Amino acid sequence: MEQKKEMTDFAVVENRRVAETYVELVLRPVGKLAKVVPGQFAEVRVEGAEGVMLRRPISIHDIDTEANTLSLLVQIVGRGTRRLSQLASGERLNLVYPLGKGFSRPKSTASHILLVGGGAGIAPLYYLAKTLSREEVHITTLLGGRSEALIPARDKFMPLGEVCLTTDDGSAGVQGLVVDHPCFAEAYDMIYTCGPTPMMKAVARSAAARDMSCEVSLENLMACGLGACLCCVVDTDTGHQRVCKEGPVFDISGMTKWYELC
Amino acid sequence: MLEVAVHNLKLKNPVMTASGTFGYGEEFADFIDLEQLGGFVVKGTTGSHREGNPYPRMAETPSGMLNAVGLQNGGVGKFCTEVYPRIKHLHTNIIVNVSGHSIEEYCSVAEQIDSLEHIPAIELNISCPNVKQGGMTFGVDPDQAARVVSEVRRVYGKTLIVKLTPNVTHIAEIAKAVEGAGADSVSLINTVLGMAIDVERQRPCLSTITGGLSGPAVKPIAVRMVWQVAKAVKIPVIGLGGIASAADALEFLMAGARAIQVGTANFVNPRVTIDIIEGLNDYCHRHHIGDINDIIGII
Ligand SMILES: Cc1cc2nc3c(=O)[nH]c(=O)nc-3n(C[C@H](O)[C@H](O)[C@H](O)COP(=O)(O)OP(=O)(O)OC[C@H]3O[C@@H](n4cnc5c(N)ncnc54)[C@H](O)[C@@H]3O)c2cc1C
Ligand SMILES: Cc1cc2nc3c(=O)[nH]c(=O)nc-3n(C[C@H](O)[C@H](O)[C@H](O)COP(=O)(O)O)c2cc1C
Ligand code: FES
Repeated sequence: MEQKKEMTDFAVVENRRVAETYVELVLRPVGKLAKVVPGQFAEVRVEGAEGVMLRRPISIHDIDTEANTLSLLVQIVGRGTRRLSQLASGERLNLVYPLGKGFSRPKSTASHILLVGGGAGIAPLYYLAKTLSREEVHITTLLGGRSEALIPARDKFMPLGEVCLTTDDGSAGVQGLVVDHPCFAEAYDMIYTCGPTPMMKAVARSAAARDMSCEVSLENLMACGLGACLCCVVDTDTGHQRVCKEGPVFDISGMTKWYELC
Repeated sequence: MLEVAVHNLKLKNPVMTASGTFGYGEEFADFIDLEQLGGFVVKGTTGSHREGNPYPRMAETPSGMLNAVGLQNGGVGKFCTEVYPRIKHLHTNIIVNVSGHSIEEYCSVAEQIDSLEHIPAIELNISCPNVKQGGMTFGVDPDQAARVVSEVRRVYGKTLIVKLTPNVTHIAEIAKAVEGAGADSVSLINTVLGMAIDVERQRPCLSTITGGLSGPAVKPIAVRMVWQVAKAVKIPVIGLGGIASAADALEFLMAGARAIQVGTANFVNPRVTIDIIEGLNDYCHRHHIGDINDIIGII
């Protein structure tokens, strides 16, 4: 059975700035939160922003079942995300969720996994890490950004395993790209990655060359988020697939065409 | 109170959904009861599988969006064997949008759909601006439009709706031509040809450079064209283009549309069709209208 999707009003519980150009929104629904698989996303209705009509796809960053809250980690890149960053506590936000196919579980709990995140792509990895840490999976997190101030949420990963950083300017961690970090060269049972497309392709190519399992989470432009409009497709080895429905998470074994094209 | 008829189709209410924006209906089943709709039009269906255009296929524009999906679909065979069995039980009018490269392809798809018991009508898409061959050439020329319609008419016995493109100078002429060729109804408008440029990247937003504009931005164009066509033909007109509320739907009905379709607005609010039906009921109560047909074409 496929998970049921819903359209629900949430109240903003908290809006806090977590890095340069990033906010974390903590939201509480009118009723009870739906069950969410890590890697799934919501289509967020942005009201009161000029020129914004379509919903904005945003990953589910965290779920707190006890507090009945859901968090979004939003990078301010344009009109819609700027408006989201200005929401005040108590304001209402309408979400369609949970959408898409999330990350798969590692084959055994004895696994050592690597999470590779960059930019807003760090968002879904936190909920994944939190979920897997309960299953005693050994987690290494590798986060990259242009500078230290542009790596959001890194402190949250600390209690869940080692955290490695890379920055373009060397302000934190190793200077360079995520694939240049020594921890990336180690062997893992599974690599999960989400971030800028060139970063994910480099990670996927390396994982494929080393015969490691790897899942990528794509962020194509979307109109409906429901699988209805076919605007969001990615060209996979088996043809066009909908990122909002067959994805956003894809196993790289069917994506050679995608990651080999730079 | 809201019942309307489009040729042989009986609709519970005038609200349908537009092809390419509603998948096969199933995508919206978590949000609405599909059987409450007057009907829904499924994705554009062609003779064989089509991959469609490369990504990127969409761009948001002021009060609207451009798309260049390019008729990606699994082909009519897959529709008949895989999709149809999943949706045929629904008690509403399921209409298949039919497209093709050639008259032969249109006819072949129409013929195969004709044999499906629970599909009471097809909507012939002679107007899609995305596909390099086919589509466009038929819908912009009255003779070409009439030719494809009369050929399809020979092989298709049920309700034949012809969907018109707005990218013409005199839409009423095209409508009259397809009426003369045997169409039972016309629907309009398809998307308006448009273009957008990403100035930061100095590139077109769409892989195909140009694409189809939809959403509230096109509504006044659509209302004007529905009004012109409704005055020119006797067959029922189905109106669409930018409808997002009951008031929008009422504009089309008053301009002469017997029924309406909702497209892009489904992306913003997946329950919008139900809201529109409720809004029409409410309007009829407030204005003491016993039969929605009483306001159709009053302008
Ligand atoms: C499945 C999925 C999950 C996502 N998760 C998150 C998340 O957790 N946090 C987050 O901050 N963002 C996430 N994004 C990206 C987010 O949807 C876009 O940044 C947002 O839609 C931009 O809206 P805007 O109105 O601010 O920008 P606009 O004003 O519409 O555009 C501003 C700029 O951003 C670019 N842009 C717009 N949409 C996207 C996109 N989908 N991907 C990349 N660039 C885009 C535009 O090309 C333009 O250059 C996700 C996208 C997808 C598809
Ligand atoms: C993503 C998308 C895909 C579409 N695909 C089709 C199609 O396959 N066949 C067709 O006849 N019209 C197609 N259309 C056009 C719509 O059915 C409709 O005519 C148009 O969008 C105007 O209505 P709207 O403003 O309510 O969306 C498509 C529109 C969109 C936005
Ligand atoms: S965004 Fe509409 S199908 Fe994916």
